[in-house]
Amino acid sequence: MTVTALVFYLFAAITVASGFMVISARNPVHSVLFLILAFFNAAGLFLLLGAEFLAMILVIVYVGAVAVLFLFVVMMLDVNFVELRQGFLQYLPVGALIGLILLVELLLVFGSWSVLPEAGNLAAARAPDAATLSNTDALGRILYTQYLLPFQAAGAILLVAMIGAIVLTLRSRPGVKRQKISDQVTRTMETAVEVKKVQPGQGI
Amino acid sequence: MFLELLIILAKIFAIILPLLLAVAFTTLLDRKVWAMMQLRKGPNVVGPFGLLQPFADGLKLLFKETIIPAGANKGVFLIAPVLTFTLALIAWAVIPFGDGIVLADINVGILYLFAISSLGVYGIIMGGWASNSKYPFLGGLRSAAQMVSYEVSIGFVMVTVLLCVGSLNLNDIVKAQETVWFAIPLFPMFVVFFISALAETNRPPFDLPEAESELVAGFQIEYSSISFALFMLGEYGNIILMSAMTSLLFLGGWQPISLFGLLDWIPGPIWFFAKTFLVLFTFCWVKATVPRYRYDQLMRLGWKVFLPFSLFWLVLTAGFLVTFDLLPVKG
Amino acid sequence: MAFLDRTARAFLLTELVKGMALTFRYSFKKKATINYPYEKGRLSPRFRGEHALRRYANGEERCIACKLCEAICPAQAITIEAEPRADGSRRTTRYDIDMTKCIYCGFCQEACPVDAIVEGPNFEFATETREELMYNKDKLLANGERWEREIAANLAADAPYR
Repeated sequence: MTVTALVFYLFAAITVASGFMVISARNPVHSVLFLILAFFNAAGLFLLLGAEFLAMILVIVYVGAVAVLFLFVVMMLDVNFVELRQGFLQYLPVGALIGLILLVELLLVFGSWSVLPEAGNLAAARAPDAATLSNTDALGRILYTQYLLPFQAAGAILLVAMIGAIVLTLRSRPGVKRQKISDQVTRTMETAVEVKKVQPGQGI
Repeated sequence: MFLELLIILAKIFAIILPLLLAVAFTTLLDRKVWAMMQLRKGPNVVGPFGLLQPFADGLKLLFKETIIPAGANKGVFLIAPVLTFTLALIAWAVIPFGDGIVLADINVGILYLFAISSLGVYGIIMGGWASNSKYPFLGGLRSAAQMVSYEVSIGFVMVTVLLCVGSLNLNDIVKAQETVWFAIPLFPMFVVFFISALAETNRPPFDLPEAESELVAGFQIEYSSISFALFMLGEYGNIILMSAMTSLLFLGGWQPISLFGLLDWIPGPIWFFAKTFLVLFTFCWVKATVPRYRYDQLMRLGWKVFLPFSLFWLVLTAGFLVTFDLLPVKG
Repeated sequence: MAFLDRTARAFLLTELVKGMALTFRYSFKKKATINYPYEKGRLSPRFRGEHALRRYANGEERCIACKLCEAICPAQAITIEAEPRADGSRRTTRYDIDMTKCIYCGFCQEACPVDAIVEGPNFEFATETREELMYNKDKLLANGERWEREIAANLAADAPYR
């Protein structure tokens, strides 16, 4: 299908271009906005693969929530990225090395995938019948049967991280007055208002 | 191939044109209902009953000068209203107006709607930031925090509905309500969803991003002319969208009120519009009734009341469905 | 028991429902507003609107250029210049009111010994330019002619209370 190919190249080109803009844009807020564009196009690529559930989840979680918080932080912090970039050449070799290692690892993973017959079989065996099952259904089935343990472990790790974040930021200061809404709401007229009959010229 | 494209384009226009008209008249409905409940008459000069008022307003905005502040980030400043408006329109691709009358009948319709509505925050936060001004920035930050908070409870409400349906397709969700609308068994979730929808669309009592008494007009301060009009259209488009979503998820979408099959002859789209209108009216009604929340109270309501409550109800629903073996999809 | 009662009320949003019902009932009530440019509300005889200089029934202008109004005007909106006329009577040659300064306190008409300067019942005198709001004697006299009937009726109605 030429149309699909065209759309693929469009999405892929925009993803790569905006990925490049993320690290090269001068304004940090622009960086985040380009990151969002990259997420969006990645979702488009997922759609092309027929993984509509993943695409939507990517948009909801990353674009709808995570990137908003990113944007929030970047706008609030007022980071001077020009200053941060000053030691760019100094860190370049280290960065390049890390990039290279990542590239090699990726190549190894995908290489074994296509070279080793067992790995290919493993992947094929897990793939559900696309005709009978919807994407969401298939993902659910595989997550809660074959990969139940890793899935639950991931959930537990996230929970621990969340509790950790709360514990780190929570501080209880003594002597702080707080609004107790339920107390305010449950106050009745009898406890709040006293009606007095005042005689003229008498005062209270 | 070419013909197919043409048909799709025609369908898109068939949705967008009435939608824009509906948006225009929603602004009028809003003002009329608001006026009615405050013992006022509301706009009644332009056209019969003020029916042409939205067009007069639109024309006025169209002929005004577009002002771009000198300190503004021009690109982002101009993209923001366009983004808001576009997002409000593209969500309608998956809304079923009747049995199968839908532009794109995709498997994950409800997720698509959720994703689009969660993107709505970008128009506001970008506009607020790009204006390079204090009040718009505060408005943008507020709205970002608010929408992210209330999306969480909306998500849980949706999951609760999905548990009862067993499909992410909007048409299936409506079909699952043939016997009983979800508003009845899931009434608490219905209320939570409606209130969260108010927060999601920045409507009173949650219109913190544009709270005029403290932030003047929030993120819209620096906008004028057609860019302001696009923001307004997007906002009201989102309100209609949320009303449509409420009627799809809880009020049985295009399903008729059963009443022993007496009213079955009325076609589905009419039922759908009637229900959407009812929810829309309630949106305006709430605006006329309640005062604005304070910011910390808004956050408290979202995180400390709605989130635990919807989570609890989700678990309760799941437990109920499993116990009585009522799960729609058997594993 | 009271706790249960309160909690139940809170969860059922009774107060919200009550409020909503109230606004809904109000929407059917008689409107408090009127259809302004087509309908107008009743004005008190003491209403202080646009200024006017009156004349006597024989056509002679009332103002004797005593400048009491100029003196009492708290906003200093009135400017008067006077000269004896050919027949020897004292009359104004210039009587200006800067309507952008005027605060419509009504002191000028209280001060006037001959009921010459009055604030009439007209409140619809918006203009498109600022200059038009600098009233001169001609404009004020023209106002007096235009509104004489209403002004006279108002003065008569208010007379018993003065």
